[in-house]
Amino acid sequence: MIPELGHFALILALLVALAQGTLPLIGAAVGTPRLMAIARPAARAQALLVAFAFGCLAWSFISNDFSVQNVAANSNSELPLQYRVAATWGSHEGSLLLWTLMLGGWSFAVTLFSRNLPQQMVARVLSVMGLISVGFLLFLLLTSNPFDRLMPPAAEGRDLNPLLQDPGMVFHPPLLYMGYVGFSVAFSFALAALLGGRLDATWARWSRPWTTIAWSFLTIGIALGSGWAYYTLGWGGWWFWDPVENASFMPWLVGTALIHSLAVTEKRGAFKSWTVLLAIVAFSLSLLGTFLVRSGVLTSVHAFATDPARGVFILVFLAIVVGGSLALFAWRASSVGLGGAFGVVSRESMLLANNILLIVAMASVLLGTLYPLFLDALNLGKISVGPPYFDAVFFPLMAPAAFLMGVGPVARWNQAPLPEIWTRLRWALGVAAVTALILPFVLGRWSPLIAFGLFLALWIFTSTAAGLRARLINSRRGNLFAALGANSPSYYGMLLAHIGVGVFVVGVTLVKGYEVERDVRLDVGGSAAVGDYEFKFLGVKPGPGPNYRALTGTVEVRKDGQLVQTLQPEKRIYNASGQAMTIAAIDTRVHGDIYVSLGEPVAAGEDVTGPWSVRIYLKPFIDWIWMGAFLMALGGFIAVSDRRYRLAVTRKATVPAGGAGMPAGAD
Amino acid sequence: MKSARWSIPLAIFVVLMAFLYIGLYRDPREVPSPLIDKPAPAFALSQLHDPERKLTNADLKGKVWLLNVWASWCASCRDEHPLLMQLAAANAVPIYGLDYKDKPDAGRAWLAQNGNPYTASAVDLDGRVGIDYGVYGVPETFVIDKQGIVRYKQIGPLTLDSLQRKIMPLIKDLQK
Repeated sequence: MIPELGHFALILALLVALAQGTLPLIGAAVGTPRLMAIARPAARAQALLVAFAFGCLAWSFISNDFSVQNVAANSNSELPLQYRVAATWGSHEGSLLLWTLMLGGWSFAVTLFSRNLPQQMVARVLSVMGLISVGFLLFLLLTSNPFDRLMPPAAEGRDLNPLLQDPGMVFHPPLLYMGYVGFSVAFSFALAALLGGRLDATWARWSRPWTTIAWSFLTIGIALGSGWAYYTLGWGGWWFWDPVENASFMPWLVGTALIHSLAVTEKRGAFKSWTVLLAIVAFSLSLLGTFLVRSGVLTSVHAFATDPARGVFILVFLAIVVGGSLALFAWRASSVGLGGAFGVVSRESMLLANNILLIVAMASVLLGTLYPLFLDALNLGKISVGPPYFDAVFFPLMAPAAFLMGVGPVARWNQAPLPEIWTRLRWALGVAAVTALILPFVLGRWSPLIAFGLFLALWIFTSTAAGLRARLINSRRGNLFAALGANSPSYYGMLLAHIGVGVFVVGVTLVKGYEVERDVRLDVGGSAAVGDYEFKFLGVKPGPGPNYRALTGTVEVRKDGQLVQTLQPEKRIYNASGQAMTIAAIDTRVHGDIYVSLGEPVAAGEDVTGPWSVRIYLKPFIDWIWMGAFLMALGGFIAVSDRRYRLAVTRKATVPAGGAGMPAGAD
Repeated sequence: MKSARWSIPLAIFVVLMAFLYIGLYRDPREVPSPLIDKPAPAFALSQLHDPERKLTNADLKGKVWLLNVWASWCASCRDEHPLLMQLAAANAVPIYGLDYKDKPDAGRAWLAQNGNPYTASAVDLDGRVGIDYGVYGVPETFVIDKQGIVRYKQIGPLTLDSLQRKIMPLIKDLQK
């Protein structure tokens, strides 16, 4: 009964979404307030219906209703409760429902936080979101019904893939989708602005907080996924350039460009059509990512649904949404114009350069991801593009972007004299360069790449500090706290996010430069020396788990004879599926991780009491990678708390500080 | 000229869609195998349920058979397993398994749990025979004819569609 209620709620949601997607749009076109007024209640009703359907599916999982095909295929009565909840989005159908739920949630949020917007704008934005929802609800109902029954019911479920039985599964997909789907708001604002022909600073100000929040969620979502892969896949890697990772990374790159471009449009009225295009592209890439993941056109470790019927549906949907919006762009953008002019050396030009670098980076990731597909479609053979391509293309693009990140915030709008920039930043440059040259000697081994990576990170720190210092001096307030308080939260958010990038660069540089990876064969009681540490293997013991049997190894880690840590890596065999999983044991410290995972017993057969092959990795500063991502997201959240976004809309953009003193907010 | 510039994104997108559409009808797993129409590589391996006895492909001459490469650690093998069970129940063709890089105990436990569609399974402990057959992902399935010639190779799990459209008609044809 419950699953049927969920199914019914989805059908109702589709009908409401159709009304939401059409009537307010017509109302906005012909100027009928009564039609436009439908947008808010319809969006709310639709969101609640989808939430109800999602609740029904979650309930089916929690109560082990194996008469539902989706539950029987992805859950098991032995599965712990939190993973039964997470299994709701563990399947193709469930993850699409989660997607739709997120879209409903964002629409609901728009209905709540749009009181200051003109009715026409709200009607158009919610209508566009309603139309997207129609597409996803149709997709669910026509090709991927999560509530399909299984007759006769299964006695027991097939269990959730053990790889997914992890806290990562509880948090990573919802946060990632929050980000993915959140770009739909900026997208809808862009389309609404194109339809209304009103693309100005006010529009940019409305779009900014939505974009920044979505971007922050996406950042955390990607970082969580990366951390999860690091400790469960047992290889100690944190990024694999897997098509599905790329699918989430491309919207992130464009979203980053969009955030910066929106800042220029709001502050200076420039980049207008470029900003609109970015808003369209960011969400299009979210949809493209969904297509790539769900259609099976690419082989990937994540591809668990391969069904051409579904692929065709998403492709048609993609063609309508993206093709339609790009056609609208082609038709209307020329009337919008390019916006204000600016000097060759100015904050605008640097932000534009950064934008272009980010877009080129996105394009190269897209090319690498789709290249195998292109070649195949042209009958040129089957190949796969791996990390070597991405590493070679991506880092040279990101290095100048990181460098510009230091210069941009201290450069003036419109016209930034180079001597002035030099005066402001020469100390930052000197300190960063000298420290970066010396630091690798202290850390153990000097190499040009390590020094260069450290230079970029230090440059971000020192130039950010130099920018902040100049601001504080220029604020001309006696008291330091008063001077600090004179800057807006969005300025501090930007600083924090930039520092996050620096922290991330430190992590990447030092892991790449100094990591140690050893596969050793260890007898019980035997030991191996790796780096500064001594690893003593005390053998493997079997033990039960909630829904698996475990083999737990014990490894003592010593440094200079002192016990540092006892690590217990595990091998698990899951009862329902019989699949094996490797759980690495990781000792996390600020300056790096000690990572131990069990390989296989060396002796043939089942003798687990004998010697084992053990993987021992030392990963210096690896947690800085995720810490950096977390700081970026935190910066985003802080920026959004800016009071400016909550004030009643004023027609005019903030007047830039112009010539006098410091440039106006980098925010 | 003026309006052409604004259409560039749309043009790029249209090209991309064309590629994606073609890509949809290509199977990324369908890689041409050099083994097609060549004799199946010879093997002699211990049987999973009776390690004393060997399974060799020489014994199978004279009948059409399926060689299904599987392993207890393989997730997508569970997707195709119900199909193999049905196929075995219908007695359409003998299915022989190659338990690839798997622990025999785990393999036996897996079959005990999920059902055993195989007439017999050979244990390819170190994956040597897998190399001969060009296995690079589990599961894979080979159709081998009465003369011991490989006639078809499926990479990745069997689907109802691939069985109905390709494999079953081919087997019927070969069995004549």
